[in-house]
Amino acid sequence: MTWHSLTDWWWPYLFILLAGWLPTDIWRYLGVLIGGRVREDSDALIAVRAVATALVAGVIAQLILYPSGALAESSVFLRIGAAAVGFLAYLRLGRHVIVSVIAAEIVLIIGLFLNF
Amino acid sequence: MGDSEFPSSQTPADDTVRTRFSWFLSGMAMIFSIPAFILMTAHVGFAGFASENGVSLLQATFMVATIWALPANIVLIGAISGGYSLIGAAVAVTLSSIRLMPMVAAFIPEMRGPKTRRITLLLLAHFIAVTAWVMGMERFRHIPRDMRVSYFAGLGITLTVTNSLVVALVYFLSTDFPPIVFAALFFLTPMYFLTSLWGSARDRSVHVAMVSGLALFPLIHHLAPAYDLLLTGFAGGAVTMGYVRWARGRAA
Repeated sequence: MTWHSLTDWWWPYLFILLAGWLPTDIWRYLGVLIGGRVREDSDALIAVRAVATALVAGVIAQLILYPSGALAESSVFLRIGAAAVGFLAYLRLGRHVIVSVIAAEIVLIIGLFLNF
Repeated sequence: MGDSEFPSSQTPADDTVRTRFSWFLSGMAMIFSIPAFILMTAHVGFAGFASENGVSLLQATFMVATIWALPANIVLIGAISGGYSLIGAAVAVTLSSIRLMPMVAAFIPEMRGPKTRRITLLLLAHFIAVTAWVMGMERFRHIPRDMRVSYFAGLGITLTVTNSLVVALVYFLSTDFPPIVFAALFFLTPMYFLTSLWGSARDRSVHVAMVSGLALFPLIHHLAPAYDLLLTGFAGGAVTMGYVRWARGRAA
């Protein structure tokens, strides 16, 4: 059974539910069951939060190092440099997300225009 | 800009004045924030990706509303255009979405109130994806504990509904931008995650987890690309717990 197996109007929606919604929300539900057993201020919560935080850090690294779409053609050094400048601007200029985003975008856009 | 300082440190006296509904509205109002805007730009890109791959406007909108995880949606469209079977597509989506399990498990103890029912948490869990997770982890501490569920309901449901509509609208208008605009927009997401997650830390363990996750990801991606995010989570989590033990030993 593939996306094109049936021509009925409802088939793509059933396909989305079975191949997309179910294998996504099932992990959320399992997360609720696990999270429900974790007490706040316990070591287990520190551990679960550490795993989740490292995982989101992995998502950040993925978006910077291996982006898809329009960013994929830019240089990896430009992206790392822009992210580093943005993060330094965040740490040094009063910890504002917007300052960091603007600093990173300035470096990135200048780099893209110069075809770096 | 209200991105890291949030003007609502409530005293107990205020809590009785502000109802659940007013906290729900405060959550809804977060749609007018920088992170919500960044997420919408990512969905502008998604609408174009769906249309390029022959997924219809209604189907793309349905995907955003029911799956509500952008990586899973992109994987699913990739599987559809690659002619995967239903099972093959479901396995590919599972590998992308399994990361939600530890994320939700860490989120629930922060969000639930003393009397929150499990069914409420199960229903709200659908709205937890990376952006809502980062926003919640950053802001919950400024919100009275028994109001956090109402606040997140407003935040999460509004984000999901709005972005589903954004995809429908952008698809309908078939809006197109020069590639440099997309490149600049796509860079907003990692910068927002990087800074707001760093700023959400209440103790050093979060910073250790972030640095180890950032550093380990390229190596693990090289070794095991299919499981890179999940393994990065566990390896970074192990490094962090090692640090926590070490720091305690030094303090004792």
